[in-house]
Amino acid sequence: MNTANRATMMLETPFHSRVKELCQINDWGNWMGFTTPNAFFDVELEYFAVRSTTGVFDLSPMNKYRITGPDAEAYLNKMVTRNVSKIGLNRVGYTVWCNDAGQVMDDGTIFRLGPNDFRLCSYQRATDWLLWCAMGFDVSISDETDHLAALAVQGPTSCTTLTQMGLHDLNTLKPFGMREYDFEGEKLMISRTGFTGDLGYEVWVSPERAEPLWDQLFEAGRDYLIKPFGSYALDIARIETGFIQAGVDFVPAEEMVRPGRTRSPFELGLDWLVDLEKPLFNGRKSLIAEKEKGSRYRFAILNIDGNKPADHSFILKGDQQIGTVTSAAWCPTAKSNIAFAQLEMPEGGVGQEYVAEIYYQRELHWTRVLAPCRVLDGPIFNPKRRRQTPAIPH
Amino acid sequence: MNTYDAIVIGAGHNGLTNAAYLAKAGLKVAVLERNPYIGGATVSRELHEGWYYSNCSYVCSLLRPEIARDLELPRHGLQVVPFGGGATFMRNGDHLGSYFDHDRFYREIARHSKRDANAYDRYTADVTKQTRLIRPFLMRTPPDPTSLRPRELLELANFAKAFLNMGEEGLADTIAFWTKSVADYLNEYFETDVLKAHLGGSGIIGTALGVYSPGTAYVLLHHYMGDVDGNVGAWGFARGGMGAVAESISKAFRSYGGEIICDANVDEIIVKGSKVRGVALKNGDEYLAPIVVSNLDPKRTFLDIMNEKDLPSSVIKKASNFKIRGSSGKLNIALDGLPVFHGMDPKSPLMAGDLHFTDSLERQERAYDDWKNETWSKDPYLDMMIPSLTDPTMAPPGKHMMSVFVQYAPPKINGEDWTAEDKAGFEKTVIDQISNYSPNFRDLILHCETRTPKDIESEVGLTEGNIFQGELTFDQLLFNRPFPGYAQYRGPVTGMYMCGSGTHPGGGVMSAPGANAAREILRDLNKPNTVPGGYADD
Repeated sequence: MNTANRATMMLETPFHSRVKELCQINDWGNWMGFTTPNAFFDVELEYFAVRSTTGVFDLSPMNKYRITGPDAEAYLNKMVTRNVSKIGLNRVGYTVWCNDAGQVMDDGTIFRLGPNDFRLCSYQRATDWLLWCAMGFDVSISDETDHLAALAVQGPTSCTTLTQMGLHDLNTLKPFGMREYDFEGEKLMISRTGFTGDLGYEVWVSPERAEPLWDQLFEAGRDYLIKPFGSYALDIARIETGFIQAGVDFVPAEEMVRPGRTRSPFELGLDWLVDLEKPLFNGRKSLIAEKEKGSRYRFAILNIDGNKPADHSFILKGDQQIGTVTSAAWCPTAKSNIAFAQLEMPEGGVGQEYVAEIYYQRELHWTRVLAPCRVLDGPIFNPKRRRQTPAIPH
Repeated sequence: MNTYDAIVIGAGHNGLTNAAYLAKAGLKVAVLERNPYIGGATVSRELHEGWYYSNCSYVCSLLRPEIARDLELPRHGLQVVPFGGGATFMRNGDHLGSYFDHDRFYREIARHSKRDANAYDRYTADVTKQTRLIRPFLMRTPPDPTSLRPRELLELANFAKAFLNMGEEGLADTIAFWTKSVADYLNEYFETDVLKAHLGGSGIIGTALGVYSPGTAYVLLHHYMGDVDGNVGAWGFARGGMGAVAESISKAFRSYGGEIICDANVDEIIVKGSKVRGVALKNGDEYLAPIVVSNLDPKRTFLDIMNEKDLPSSVIKKASNFKIRGSSGKLNIALDGLPVFHGMDPKSPLMAGDLHFTDSLERQERAYDDWKNETWSKDPYLDMMIPSLTDPTMAPPGKHMMSVFVQYAPPKINGEDWTAEDKAGFEKTVIDQISNYSPNFRDLILHCETRTPKDIESEVGLTEGNIFQGELTFDQLLFNRPFPGYAQYRGPVTGMYMCGSGTHPGGGVMSAPGANAAREILRDLNKPNTVPGGYADD
């Protein structure tokens, strides 16, 4: 096979040799063109590693962009909805960005590595949009996706495991803080961030240091019951803790085909990320207009009676269909049946009660359940250990 | 006496479709075909023993699934098999492969430009928006924008609603799409020459315009709005060649009692007292019917087989001014084996798709310059396929059949008719270009059918050899196709209709014009409609 053909094969992450070894059930998926495990040995047990010991997730396929240059901060401030100036040095900020119509294109995290040196992690590929937005700014933008290997190390014993690996005083790192350590003759960057809503960290190294990192981490974590986890377990954790996902809970705005299918940050419950005080950012005018006119939809986290996950359910108010579910899961730690829903305004106020129309099949028999549900005031899983500094040992 | 309820002139796919729906409604219908074989430009012929050529049209996507299903074409032998991919070979030995698998195509474009690979999703979304706007109107008669009849107003309101639903940005995009050049459109998304050239080819196929000519963006859209099994934009091969399409429609037509008469060269549509009476053949035979439907292009219809004395002067003027320019040629080649191409794995799925050798928009534009200078392109844009990699019936086992569509070839060379030397030179140009990328190609050639616009015109009857029965530019689309006042398939004489690709929604093996025309004829006859409505996109 020639090089041209090889280049179109699915990619392997820098951790692949190690991941493959631990992927006992050989269940693989496709994440942004990378071969990634859906599950390693048992979805539920992997999930509980995150909630009770330490779970490790290979997030190398995450799109990563380095943004540097004199205008880097100003550039990001124009692109994203939140005020980047308020993200301190060595701090990380969650944000969304919109098109001119104020519709969300993607969400992601901004790492401030220097006064005008940032890393943007996005779920979607963003090269084209980042470059369009860069016109007029003195910035340089490079795609670092292939140049950085990253692991999410999440769970109550994650701090202890990483400390054991040699990252001294890690417990003093605050949520959304980041820090550098020496590792194998290079720098290792660690941030107290994650997609599980638990105490947890993300560790960033060059691809050349990926295998040593994996080996040392698993060695250090052995007594703290470290386990790898795949994308199915991650999905449960993120729903339990209220994190939305592009392409699942909203349609990336510039890829929308059918008019009206996109959502604004307000309609995704992300008002707190929108700083209308900023003089200019993409979508500002439309978002101000929406603030005045009102939104079309409201994001709601629903607590649903019974134990049948409400995947793809309609949400009813009496006979009327007022919304649909975008993500749903039985949440094993919170012992709750949770769903994210898009409800038509003015529905969706906290405490409002509706009915979820759930269909499930057992042994070829379909059953329809009309399950009462209630709008929560926030994520059902939000433990203290997630925020505590110094971080708890276990 | 040769008396019928309706006579359809021309056994192309639209003529046969039209006839099938009229026969299905209980009419006694005859289709008259000039050639000894049916199909028009939807034809397969065995010109070299053991090899079948799709002599004109060569791939299938636009054929309306509503019609294929309603006329039971699968039962009558039609099988459309999609092909995956395609490629544009580059002068530097590399290529751009077009994979159907989205992620694989992303990685392939990313080899050339990560930005373009990323922008391709936005491009696809924007093109899809436009196909979704057009597709619902394919199986509908265009409204008359000047009429106040309720039916017309309702249909106009439908159009307006679809447009307004696009939103402000969508509307601007729509207008851009219908008026812009394909090059300008692609330049808004991409930076890579080869990707732009690969996509841009769809904007010039069959069109006497260059990639930088306004209006070519729509031609690209026209190639995207079909589907195979609901995969919009996908293309496939009709098993047995494109003749299988005409063959299956003819069987449906015959199953409803219809009659096809070959070697019936129509001389004139007989008009008496402003009403159609039938047709007279060149051999003097007459076939009578109160309804005569022409599947010929508007120029042939009004300026050739109708007597100018029977027509309003304005129609003669409009037909004279109708844009139907020859710009394409074709080579059909019998090969002794599979050609090998530089840098391409012979087992790659790309080999079964559309292959091209023009790696920049500039080269495509230069190819058009030659057409303007009244000669064939010296560096032509080729749309080359090897159907025998998908369809084993096209060539003996281990052998291959190659279809090479060539853009551009003018209807005349320096104002003179094509000579045998011109044709040989044209053939050599094409074979040389392919040979530049395939070392063993030339030696594999067993037989080659070369078709200039002149050949297409004289064999198929398409004026100047224009494959779409008239340019697909905005001035000749929707209620302007073929020209204002005559877009609803009715001719200027009572009982006379048009059903060819020269009418809405235009060229390609779609069968929609034929079906739409049948619906209008049945309406005029107060007969129940037999033509299905279009599927709604979800």
